[in-house]
Amino acid sequence: MLDDLALNGEAEEYSYGFLDEQTKRMIRRAILKAVSIPGYQVPFGDREIPLPPGWGTGGIQVTASIIGKTDCLKVIDQGADDTTNAVSIRRFFARVARVNTTESTGEATIVQSRHRIPERPLQDDQILVMQVPQPEPLRRLVTSEVETRKLHAFARYGLMQVRLYEDIARYGNIVMSHDYPVRVHDRYLASPSPVPKFDNPKLHRSRALTIFGAGRERRIYAIPPFTDVRSIDFDDHPFERQKWQSCCARCGAEDSYLDEMLLDDAGNTQFVCSDTSYCNDRLSEGASR
Amino acid sequence: MSDVVKPVLQVNGLTKVFDRRLACQDISFTLHRGEVLGIVGESGSGKSTLLKCLAGLMPPDAGNITLSLPDREECDLWRLEEAERERLLPTILAIIHQNARDGLRLDVSAGGNISEPLMTNGHRHYGTLRSVAMEWLKNVEIDPARVDDLPQTFSGGMQQRLQIARGLVTHPQLVLMDEPTGGLDVSVQAKLLDLLRRLVREFNLAVVIVTHDLGVARLLSDRLMVMQSGRVIETGLSDRVLEDPRQPYTQLLVSSVLQV
Ligand SMILES: Nc1ncnc2c1ncn2[C@@H]1O[C@H](COP(=O)(O)OP(=O)(O)OP(=O)(O)O)[C@@H](O)[C@H]1O
Ligand SMILES: [Mg+2]
Ligand SMILES: [Zn+2]
Repeated sequence: MLDDLALNGEAEEYSYGFLDEQTKRMIRRAILKAVSIPGYQVPFGDREIPLPPGWGTGGIQVTASIIGKTDCLKVIDQGADDTTNAVSIRRFFARVARVNTTESTGEATIVQSRHRIPERPLQDDQILVMQVPQPEPLRRLVTSEVETRKLHAFARYGLMQVRLYEDIARYGNIVMSHDYPVRVHDRYLASPSPVPKFDNPKLHRSRALTIFGAGRERRIYAIPPFTDVRSIDFDDHPFERQKWQSCCARCGAEDSYLDEMLLDDAGNTQFVCSDTSYCNDRLSEGASR
Repeated sequence: MSDVVKPVLQVNGLTKVFDRRLACQDISFTLHRGEVLGIVGESGSGKSTLLKCLAGLMPPDAGNITLSLPDREECDLWRLEEAERERLLPTILAIIHQNARDGLRLDVSAGGNISEPLMTNGHRHYGTLRSVAMEWLKNVEIDPARVDDLPQTFSGGMQQRLQIARGLVTHPQLVLMDEPTGGLDVSVQAKLLDLLRRLVREFNLAVVIVTHDLGVARLLSDRLMVMQSGRVIETGLSDRVLEDPRQPYTQLLVSSVLQV
């Protein structure tokens, strides 16, 4: 899909980064506003953007607007660099922005991601771009946009808390495991995008800037470096990350998010790091030691 | 000066216009804690409109609504900044709708419904919220064991009582009720009225209750305000208004009830 787009016509026919300068300027303005109001969803123009929806266009638009020739881009999907989607976005930018790409979290200046935040803590000179399908954390509770805007304006988030209450009343604990809402800088309620709640604490006082792009809903929001990010909870039912009984079967990591993988036809499984770059780094470090 | 208790609510010259039609015209009254004011009047006389203005849901076109609350300076509801008004109202005021479904979340358990206003005000202890919810279920005569049940599984009268629990859990100073007993069976109504009377006394509430049922008005309210075409045409102690109505319209209202 993305390959088709970039390949259309002569290589010279598109602007740097694929989007035209006007569009990039519009998106940059939204990003600046988003950074200055942490967690607030900034709507951005209704200019048509020539990208197929549903392919992380929100993330692609943000990346296209901030990328420069000296950048090094990493793209992950569900923690892996080698899925079709991740590969095609990486290739797309290598072509339209003439940047280097990498699979190593440490080397990247921009990490565009869907569904995971890398295990290796991001640094001051890195930017994390998250692809977001639904930017509004209250949407599953309130369908009206007018109403959600009002709730945000008055920071009236009792309703979100009700959802947690219902979880505990029904199941004994908070079962929400992905897209677990956070309060940013003690003000706006925001969706961390559909990452596992395991990743939420990584957003708290992160050294890197995180920008969230929702293409279909045309919203951008951001968490600037060193911002407080608190997962909502109850005093007597504090937020908890997912935990596993075992460590990674490949690298032995005990501190990473694990995926259960099928080993054979008999249905045997093992747990390995979902963040493949992290797992590989640990393996090669172990080998060189 | 300070030993004079100010009314919780002072309404002065309240007027509301819809498309040049005066829904409420120059309405003034005061209300003290522990006092119940009944508003009666025919359909379309402006009762609900008045209540919506008082509840902060709809701005009046003229007039003042002054609130005197402990630990706060006297304030004019509609001259507050919107954010300030939205923050203040859930802590001091509850509105009980005629249709319990308008005041409840049907997809949320009874306990969740009662706890939500507390959570909106910042409470974050599940155990406490839950025991407060059960306490309130008891208070409104619903078996606390039903704390996790959805309102859909409740009868109409129970839903109305649940709505009252949700409204009163934050200990509001001011409670506004729009036909709280409408649409209920007579026996259920009587039970609900008893409950309301007890709660008013127990929590020293200031209540405005809209009804077109004079029986309800007589049972619950200390004073009555009779409305017609957006105006208050008669006001006084409930017994006086009902036994010795002065305005022809009130006389008609009272006699028509007696005939039934
Ligand atoms: N949102 C609105 N827009 C336009 N007109 C309205 C609106 N709400 C109420 N009105 C009009 O204002 C007048 C008063 O209506 P209101 O609902 O306050 O009456 P009510 O006394 O509560 O009647 P009922 O006993 O039937 O509930 C009516 O003429 C009504 O048509
Ligand atoms: Mg009405
Ligand atoms: Zn591993």
